[in-house]
Amino acid sequence: MTALIALIRRDLRIALRVGGGALIGVLFFLTVVVLMPFAVGPDLALLTRLGPAILWLGALLASLLTLDRLFMADHEDGSLDLIVTSRTPLELTCAAKALAHWLAAGLPLVIATPVLGLLLNLDATATSAVALTLLAGTPALTFTGMIGAALAVTLHRGGLLLAVLVLPLSIPVLIFGVAASEAAITGPVSFGAPFSILCALSLISFVIGPFAAAASLRQGLD
Amino acid sequence: MRLCGRGIRCVRGGREVFSALDFEASSGATLAVTGPNGSGKTSLLRLVAGLLTLAGGTIDLEGGGAELSLPEQAHYLGHRDALKPALSVQENLEFWRDFLGGETFDPAHSLAAVGLDHAARLPAAYLSAGQRRRLSIARLLAVRRPVWLLDEPTNALDAAGQGLFAGLMNDHLARGGLIVAATHAPLGLPARELRIGGAS
Repeated sequence: MTALIALIRRDLRIALRVGGGALIGVLFFLTVVVLMPFAVGPDLALLTRLGPAILWLGALLASLLTLDRLFMADHEDGSLDLIVTSRTPLELTCAAKALAHWLAAGLPLVIATPVLGLLLNLDATATSAVALTLLAGTPALTFTGMIGAALAVTLHRGGLLLAVLVLPLSIPVLIFGVAASEAAITGPVSFGAPFSILCALSLISFVIGPFAAAASLRQGLD
Repeated sequence: MRLCGRGIRCVRGGREVFSALDFEASSGATLAVTGPNGSGKTSLLRLVAGLLTLAGGTIDLEGGGAELSLPEQAHYLGHRDALKPALSVQENLEFWRDFLGGETFDPAHSLAAVGLDHAARLPAAYLSAGQRRRLSIARLLAVRRPVWLLDEPTNALDAAGQGLFAGLMNDHLARGGLIVAATHAPLGLPARELRIGGAS
């Protein structure tokens, strides 16, 4: 347990310090959302209708942006060698790393959502619905994305491969995230059904993500 | 405690690096692995550390902790320093102490032992190559592990640093430790030599 807490503290510290990249995701999120009204035009009704989808897409891309550093940095400086062979089970280590990554890169997206909702002409209910679905859904993005990050390390390919591997896996999260937000705003479906599925997707990823990532890291040792 | 390798075969990228390699090291002794570049010194250490899979043969540690695997009882000091530039010297060391766990010691003492106590609060980004090496060595002191696997440990160390490290290795051997080191330069302490590849 000490080991996992130490790992989470270290990753958070690195992320929050200069060059750590915790803010990069939020800035990217902000840029995407700010650009969207310029692209769509000054049609307020249209912006309101597209709002949840834009916020979700922005959050998805922003979380992808920082994900490739999840194992790559540790791999490059040799820390991963020590982590893989340590006494702490690798599955737990992977889960701890994903949790730290979500706290540093995913949670700020959720916190930024109310501000960005204003730019898209979303009212308070709609904004809080989107923020709530992001809170439930972004952990799934991080934990499934971790599988891609582990594969990218073991295959010695960064960046683009990660996007190709991870984006298909995040489609269900996107579908139910946006569906739940829309349900809260316009109906007629109840908010509960898609939101429960979204939560279920997150829970599944908590189980599958760490095991798949750990298996990939073990396989790829070289 | 005895570390035994029997009939080890190593394959990297479809090419056989070495085969039918036997070695043995026991408590209080040092095994120096020598050989030309590319002969597989690092590969052998990584095999022992559990970072590569054996293509054949066995590696066993007799007389170690019953419930721990060999890699869990070993320190691996590789080419790469496993240091985070954004963290201070002390934070780097404290992280590895907490993460590796087991029997640990005060990081301040470990830093003093490698002559880095004056730089404890300095971010690791500003360390020189030799200082980075010293900080990695401090990791071996902050957490007790009976087996030390050292890959070119004296690289980048100045003469004083090499003397200091020889002393630290001697202390480790005196406590019943065991060292396997891949090296080109003399380690500064008596060692059995295991020569692999080339010039045979």
